[in-house]
Amino acid sequence: MINTIFRYLTRHIDGFLMGCLIVAALTGFTVLYSAAGEEPHRVMSQGINLMVALSVMWVVSNIPPQHLERAALPLFLLGLLLLVGVALFGEISKGARRWLHLGVVRIQPSEIMKIAVPMMLAWYFSKREETPKLFDHAIAAVFLGIPVILIMKQPDLGTSLMIAASGFYVLFLAGLSWKLLVGAGVLIAAGGPIFWTMLHDYQRRRIEILFDPYQDPLGAGYHTIQSSIALGSGGIGGKGWLKGTQSQLDFLPERTTDFIFAVYGEEFGLVGNLLLLFLFTLIIARGMWIAAHAQNTFSRLLAGSITLTFFTYVFVNIGMVSGILPVVGVPLPLISYGGTSLVTLLLGFGILMSIQTHKKLVTT
Amino acid sequence: MRTRSELKNYQHEQHYFRIRLAVAAVFVLACFSVLGMRLFYLQVVKYDHFQTMAENNRISVVPIVPNRGLILDRNGVVLAHNFFAYTLELTPAKIDDVEATIDEIAKLVEVSSLDRKRFKKLRAQSHSFESVPLRTHLNEVEAARFAVNRYRFPGVEIRSRLFRHYPEKKLGSHFIGYIGRINDKDLKALEESGDLSNYKGSDHIGKSGVEQFYERSLHGVTGSQQVEIDADGHAVRVLSSTAPVAGNNLVLTIDSKLQRIAEEAFGDWRGALVAINPTNGEVLAYISQPTFDPNLFVDGIDTENWKALNESLDRPLINRPMRGIYPPGSTLKPFVALAGLDAGKREPPFSISDPGYFTLPGSSHRYRDWKPSGHGRVDMRRAITVSCDTFFYGLAVELGIEKMASYLRHFGFGEKTGIDMNGEMSGLLPTPEWKKRRWKQPWYPGETVIVGIGQGYTLVTPLQLAQATAMFANNGVAMRPHLVSAIQETDSGRSKPVTPVVVDKVTITPEHMEIVKLAMRDVTLPGGTAVSVGAGAPYAVAAKTGTAQVIGIKQGEKYDESKINERHRDHALFIAFAPMDAPKIAVAVIVENGSHGGSTAGPIARKVMDYYLLGKMPDPPKEPKPAKPPVQEPAHD
Repeated sequence: MINTIFRYLTRHIDGFLMGCLIVAALTGFTVLYSAAGEEPHRVMSQGINLMVALSVMWVVSNIPPQHLERAALPLFLLGLLLLVGVALFGEISKGARRWLHLGVVRIQPSEIMKIAVPMMLAWYFSKREETPKLFDHAIAAVFLGIPVILIMKQPDLGTSLMIAASGFYVLFLAGLSWKLLVGAGVLIAAGGPIFWTMLHDYQRRRIEILFDPYQDPLGAGYHTIQSSIALGSGGIGGKGWLKGTQSQLDFLPERTTDFIFAVYGEEFGLVGNLLLLFLFTLIIARGMWIAAHAQNTFSRLLAGSITLTFFTYVFVNIGMVSGILPVVGVPLPLISYGGTSLVTLLLGFGILMSIQTHKKLVTT
Repeated sequence: MRTRSELKNYQHEQHYFRIRLAVAAVFVLACFSVLGMRLFYLQVVKYDHFQTMAENNRISVVPIVPNRGLILDRNGVVLAHNFFAYTLELTPAKIDDVEATIDEIAKLVEVSSLDRKRFKKLRAQSHSFESVPLRTHLNEVEAARFAVNRYRFPGVEIRSRLFRHYPEKKLGSHFIGYIGRINDKDLKALEESGDLSNYKGSDHIGKSGVEQFYERSLHGVTGSQQVEIDADGHAVRVLSSTAPVAGNNLVLTIDSKLQRIAEEAFGDWRGALVAINPTNGEVLAYISQPTFDPNLFVDGIDTENWKALNESLDRPLINRPMRGIYPPGSTLKPFVALAGLDAGKREPPFSISDPGYFTLPGSSHRYRDWKPSGHGRVDMRRAITVSCDTFFYGLAVELGIEKMASYLRHFGFGEKTGIDMNGEMSGLLPTPEWKKRRWKQPWYPGETVIVGIGQGYTLVTPLQLAQATAMFANNGVAMRPHLVSAIQETDSGRSKPVTPVVVDKVTITPEHMEIVKLAMRDVTLPGGTAVSVGAGAPYAVAAKTGTAQVIGIKQGEKYDESKINERHRDHALFIAFAPMDAPKIAVAVIVENGSHGGSTAGPIARKVMDYYLLGKMPDPPKEPKPAKPPVQEPAHD
């Protein structure tokens, strides 16, 4: 009896992926407990977040990809409408306009777009009978550009860049011409210095500080310097759980959210860091495997984009904490504290699982 | 057939997709390798470095706030300086019951109801994690008494902070300005200009006067200190530090003695005075009466004082010299005269016979002269000296509004002077084009008539009037008026002088110059409208008096017979420069409701010129308020 229920519940759950996610989430709780100053209520509340996110993932994994495909366009249009709503009537908090009040609930439409944009682009390419032409890519770029610009205007640079990346991945996987990619790369490389000379002194200085935080130890550079000290002093083996002094005192800002990796790295050292990177690699590898074996264009592109976006989060966050990338507000997936991003993330993994587990039913 | 082709297409597509995916996988691995290497670099290669930095591991970066630059007058008299004092500060976020805590604190150190009110106001303006001062200027005993009991008050701290102090109190508060706590608007402006990180640790910012205009210069560069702190967060040892660069001192062009003499000369009158060195634009005195004590603003003004200042009928907070706008009255006449002469009109020996009024052709409306019987035969020189309205009515009409306005604009009327303070008003030089834009009405000839005597729409600031006078005194060369003569680096003592800037030039032919100058000199001689100003002066004064009508009841004013009467009297205006042949000082004075320029405004200017040119101190005032409008002087202008 219990076996039957279990089998019913896990019908559309990908065991390998689920295992990796659980290990990552447990790692997250461990670090969060330390980062929150050994106060359990942060961990409890993140536990509730995880429960909600897992439920969402379960529900989504049970929806066949064909249904998702049909939902792509309406979801995108709804998201776009809400974004315009935010631009016009949004609530301003901390200098940015990101939230929309809809009677009882308060929503952040940019979160919807994280999933809706890759779905929309994957749907668009799946509708082309022929191999996509340059024209199709241009159309897709417009679909991508509108929400990205709207979100950038809120302003929410981190999210808009992430959405731009997720859309770019769809374009890339759909066969965006190499010539174009290389051409754009060369153009940026050549245009950079010219752009640089056109800037005002103070604008240049801001960019310099972005890449060299030590120039502004009190301002923009403070986070990076503190996180570098935390990571570096962790050494190979780390200082041990709950023993990271940088993290335990008030040096590390945002240490339960965007900078949680510094806490982890200080307490678990290089060994812990490499293990965590390996765990993320496993998740990405599984996602790519699912994409490679997906049955149709929509599933393939969507699975590929979700996986690569996940990778981008990991790379940008760790890159920022370790000081090789400028500080943009991007959380470390599965580890950072925060409900909304966790739900969106596991929703993505629910789609991956749906693509993987519904496949057999269709082919046989 | 179709199925086959699709199938083939499908396989081809999947193959192609997998190649792309493989490329992406290589990219992912490359990126992760970079991360791995970076982490290896931080945690293995640079381990020792970071280990030392995190040794015992309590390093915190603390900003070191630079000393704000001093403000000195031209002779080195200190007008704004800093001192250290203890403050008792609360961080609301760390305190459960703020009210109860304050009650407890009050048992140890005195906390007045004024302190509580100010704290409440500041708290409402700050974030809960910011520390907000409850008491300032604690003495040693109070500080020690609290220190002993500190353990009982988490979230309450004694801090030693730099305070701004204006030792001369009410003197010159309008141009010195004041600093106040940084608010959200200031923060936003700092963020936009990219200066925010330089204000880490700073609580104050210039809010008005030169304190505001020279904020960047005065503030200095914030230093930083890496300190080791113990488990409670207290500094134990300084590891490294970048010294702050103290703010620059400002050396003003103002002579504080002259400023004081002028302020005292006003007595209880309201008004403004600006004295400028015409040869270089240095502002020697800048009076706005009544004035206020800027020290009240430094740590947040309490509601009662604020209400008193803000709601006073005397409006002490208004920076009158640059923000008060008044009709120039007859003080505009010398400039209208120059405009006429420049256009080839009214050059000697031209003269009119003044019947005491002027009429436009084809109209019976009489524009009256202030002297009902008329001035008899008047040429240009006499017209200025006796302030003949009829003469200027005719001149204005013949010149036309456009020509008159464009000439007067050269003297800075209707334009900001560009003085080194924010918020200057530009006054108003009316033109038909302006009237159409503003009122959607055509220009009437009658309006041109009264512009000739400085009435009508024309509005000037006292600063503009002083600037125009200085420009005339300087043979038509306008120097930008400025309050700061040099910016001094505190550490090196090096001083960077502010170079005088020529803003405009008007060519005035020597003959025209002579006519107007002599006429203005005659103003201060027997027969002129300001005899008392010239009386007994060992130097020649060129001057012009003026009267401006006060219209309407100001907003918020209560109906009070005696007050209304006083506040409805005409404003008295006076411009002068001296010595006439080599001018060293140009002055403009406005005495609100002072009735006659010659009797109330003139004597104030005389005291200023006497001190500046002769070093002569004024006689001690016999009564607090100079004599009310006397009868013996000419009844107008």
